Parts: sequence; structure tokens; C-alpha cells
Amino acid sequence: MELIVCVKQVPDPEAPPASFKVDTATNKVVPPPGVPPVISTFDETAVEAALRMKDAKGGKITVISLGNNLVRDVVKKPLAMGADQLILLEDPVYENSDSWSTAYALSMAIKKIGNFDIIFCGRQAADWDAGQVGLGIAEFLGIPSVTLAKKVESIDGKVRVERVVPDGFEVIESPTPCLITVTNELGEPRYAPLKGIMKAAKIQPIIWKPQDIGVDPSQIGASGRRTKLVKLFQPVKEGKCEIIEGENAADAAVKLAVRLREAKVL
Amino acid sequence: MADYKGVLVCGEAIEGKLAGITAEMLGGGRKLADKLGEGLAVVLLGSGVKALAQEAIAFGADKVYVVDDPVLKDYQTDAYIMAMENVVNQVAPRVLLLGQTSMGRDLAPRFAFRLKTAVSMDCTELDIDPQSKLLIQTRPVYGGNARAVFTTESLPQMATIRAKAMSPLQRDDSRKGDIVDVPSGVDASKIKAKFVQKVKEEVAGVKLEEAPAVVSGGRGMGGPDGFKQLEALARSLKGAVGATRPAIDNGWVPSSVQVGLTGKIVAPEVYIAIALSGSSQHMAGCSGSKTIIAINKDPEANIFREARFGIVADWKQALPAFTQKVQELLK
Repeated sequence: MELIVCVKQVPDPEAPPASFKVDTATNKVVPPPGVPPVISTFDETAVEAALRMKDAKGGKITVISLGNNLVRDVVKKPLAMGADQLILLEDPVYENSDSWSTAYALSMAIKKIGNFDIIFCGRQAADWDAGQVGLGIAEFLGIPSVTLAKKVESIDGKVRVERVVPDGFEVIESPTPCLITVTNELGEPRYAPLKGIMKAAKIQPIIWKPQDIGVDPSQIGASGRRTKLVKLFQPVKEGKCEIIEGENAADAAVKLAVRLREAKVL
Repeated sequence: MADYKGVLVCGEAIEGKLAGITAEMLGGGRKLADKLGEGLAVVLLGSGVKALAQEAIAFGADKVYVVDDPVLKDYQTDAYIMAMENVVNQVAPRVLLLGQTSMGRDLAPRFAFRLKTAVSMDCTELDIDPQSKLLIQTRPVYGGNARAVFTTESLPQMATIRAKAMSPLQRDDSRKGDIVDVPSGVDASKIKAKFVQKVKEEVAGVKLEEAPAVVSGGRGMGGPDGFKQLEALARSLKGAVGATRPAIDNGWVPSSVQVGLTGKIVAPEVYIAIALSGSSQHMAGCSGSKTIIAINKDPEANIFREARFGIVADWKQALPAFTQKVQELLK
């Protein structure tokens, strides 16, 4: 099967909350010093979903990433995990893209790739948490989409997806080609083995500039935005926790219960 | 552009009743419509949903569009987009609101792209700019570490709304409104991704989103056994057990009890956070709780910045004594 995975480089969401800073003059997040970026968590899960499909059915996995200043060691991680090919849509023009302009550029790159069975995306990226790009790509390409997948199988030429809903899951069947967004319930992404890291080091990413994929310049990056970011700010936390002390843990626990009763919390 | 008017809420039914999020959106949508001096409408899509129209009026809608068709019995992306396209072409709303639900997450982005407009997902606040009349859309980003405020020039201006972010109006059954039937316009041959079946994973006891008390455990629980102790505490409080994503990813508890940005959003009276650090992504699911209580052995854990009461202790030593005392006090 021909499989495509879209991945995004983001500031590490596991960095300590205290290191998170916003420059309110530019409405931009200041990357925490010394913390390298990562592939967005759900996108790694999307790579895992593609690898499981390749394990079951064989085929080839092409990873695409769009952005500027993409750190090679970071965006090569899917290759180290077992993907076959990496295409980077890397250009300063992609700074300040929104869901619309990102999905448009990715869909144009996928049109250039041409033949594929399934596109995998993460359910949302760890920076803007929007969860739109995957569905936007499907709409631009005019192919069916299934979101929030925890299991993806190929049965009799159809894709069978278990889609997570609040009280269980739905089973959805789609013809190919289709686009699937993947959620963390699919399971932990595999570790990149040393052999994979060595193999990935030798693979040169393919770089496609905007003109290579035939995009309309007015539709990409900041000029293609459909939303205007008016303000980005950090909410103020009050932080007035009353810490109950005790002679030991059990004693503190008892005093906590008594205090909660007093305060009419219980 | 001038023809787009009013606020339209995309309603949802759960087990034959108007969903809580729909009543919340009608409450929030009413304020927006009043600020605009325009009407508030709701669209109900599904099979057998007409019975809910009166309820939607009681919660604030001036007009209810009913798209009642067996083809809409279960949510399917392609069918719902066709039906919504039909409704939006007819209604031409200035503002279109959907719930940040499993339907809204799937429908809103794809529908926004179809309409060549934009949507802000998971908004917690909406307002109308008095001068421009634009919808001001505020949403948490970066896993809850920041808030972003957006506007959109294209119409309709779309947003999905986080559960519990808005308050429903008091139900008023004497309210009057219009009910309009709209054909679905769904061409079944164009439904590509098809719903096959739903598998329910029942969780015993009180439903997490409705529980007055939630007891959640995190990575520090160390395994599934600790969660049994959390259940005992939750039972004493007539509450439910929740968990963080690491606890889910480790397979200690089913994903249906995940609280957080990518799990359930809860806002109980009491939220007891045990052996969890209070990551932004978890807090996004519980920060609306009335009182947060933390038990954690790390005094630097972020949860102490979020909690009202807490103890710095290993849960293994603290929890049995705490549960016992709570049971005694509540006798």
C-alpha cells in the first residue's frame, strides 16, 4: 500500500509549564531555550498507525512535513521508526500559516505525489490544538475522511476504522483513497531502533519549494490565512493552595478531610 | 455578505434528549444574537429529532430548523455535510456554532473548508465586537498554556464550543418560536465513509461528565491496582474515577475515563487529583471544577498551582486514611 503521513514540528509540549513564554508584541511563542522541538505527539501516533498498516500489508510510507527551520534530526524520526521517504515543504513563506493555508499546501504536495491509498494525520497538533489540517487536506483532495481512529485495518480493499467516541467506539468503513486522523488510544508509538536511526541518517529528505508543487502564492503562509490572530496571551493563575500539614502522610490526609468538611467542600 | 444574519447553532441529541452542550450553546448564542440585534436559530439533524424542537425553543431559540431523515440516524461525515450545506445555504447565518463533540470535531473543520470559510475549534469564550460586529473567538492553545483570540472576515464565522464553557438559560416552556422543516438533500450514493456499528464500552457507576465529584489518578499511581482504591473514594463521594493521559497510555484504565484536552471535560463540585502533576493538557479537562484538591508527593508539581487545598504526600500512605476519614465524616 502507498501510505502518506503528515507530521508537524512543534515546541516540546512536555517542557515545564514555567518555561512557556509568549511574546505579546509579536503574538508568538518564545521557544524555551535549550529544549529542542519534537514531532507533535499525535503525529508520531499517526506514523505508528502507518507502520502497523505496512507491517500487515506491506508497502511504502512517505512522510511529509511543512514548516520553516525544520530540525533534521527531529523530522527524520519517522524514518528512524521505519518510514521510507521524507518530503519537506520547507520555506520561510510558511511562517504564520493557519489551518487553511497549511492544508492547501500539503494537499498540493500530495497531488504531486499522485498515487496513494491512505493519508494518516494526528488528531491535532500540540501547538494550536485545532485538529483541522487533516480534514482540510481531505476536503481539498475530495476524498473521504475518518477522524479519531484508535484502530485502522485494511479488509477486502476497504479501510475499517475504530473511531473513539465518549462512550465507546464507532466502526467506520471507507473506500480508498482516504484520510484518517489518529488519536492516542491507538497506543504508544514504537521506539526508533539504533538500526533505524542509522538508516535514517543516510536518507536525504526531498525538498519541495512552493513553486515545485504549483501552489497559488496568495493561498499559502500568512497570505493564505483565513483567520486573524488578534491576541495571544498566557492566562493568569491565582495559585493560592492551602497546604495541610501533618505529622505524617496519614495524619495530613485526615486533617485534609476534616478541613474540607469545615470548608463545606464535602 | 450583507445577507448573512443571525446566529445558528448546530444542535445535537443524545439518547432522544437535547444534548447539554446544545442548551449551553443556545445560552451563549442568545447573548451573541442579542448583541447583534439578530435572531437565534438552531438546526436539529437526525432521525426522530422533531420532538426536541420545542425544548430548543424553551432554551432560547427563536427558530428551529428540523432536518429529520432516517439517513441521518447515525452521524456520517458526508451525509451531515450535505445536510448542513443545504441548511446554511437557506439560512445564511452570520455566526455558526457547533459543539466540540465527536460530531463537531469531525464536521466543523471539513464543513468550514467546504464553505471556504474558517472555524475556531474548542472556543471557551465568544463575544461580538461592537464596531465591526465581528465574532471574537477565544480558545486555549498550546495545550492550555496560552489563549488565542481570533477573528474571521469570511462568512459564516464558525466556532466550536467547549463543553461547560457557556451557561444554558433557565428552561422556559412558555417561550414561543417557529419550527421549520428542511429536507435533508442527502444523496446517499455520495456517502463514502460509512457508519457500520457502534460498540459501547460501559463504565459502571456514575457517568464521569455528570458526577458531582471526580477522583482522578495520574502517572504516579504506578499501575492499575491504585485505581481500585480511587474507586472506593469515588464511591463514598457518589462520584466517578478519572485519569490522565499517561495512565490511559499505560493501559491502567480504559480511555473512556480520560480527563483532559483530548479526553473528557468535567466540571464537578469537587475534583480530587491524586499522583498527577497537573499538566496543561490535563487541566484543560478539569479547570472548570469548583474546588480542586491535590495529593502529590512533589511540592513543586503544577497541580498545587491549580488546587485550592492539598497535601504533599505519597498517595499510598495518604489515601487509605483520607478515604476512611471521608467515609466517617459523610456517615
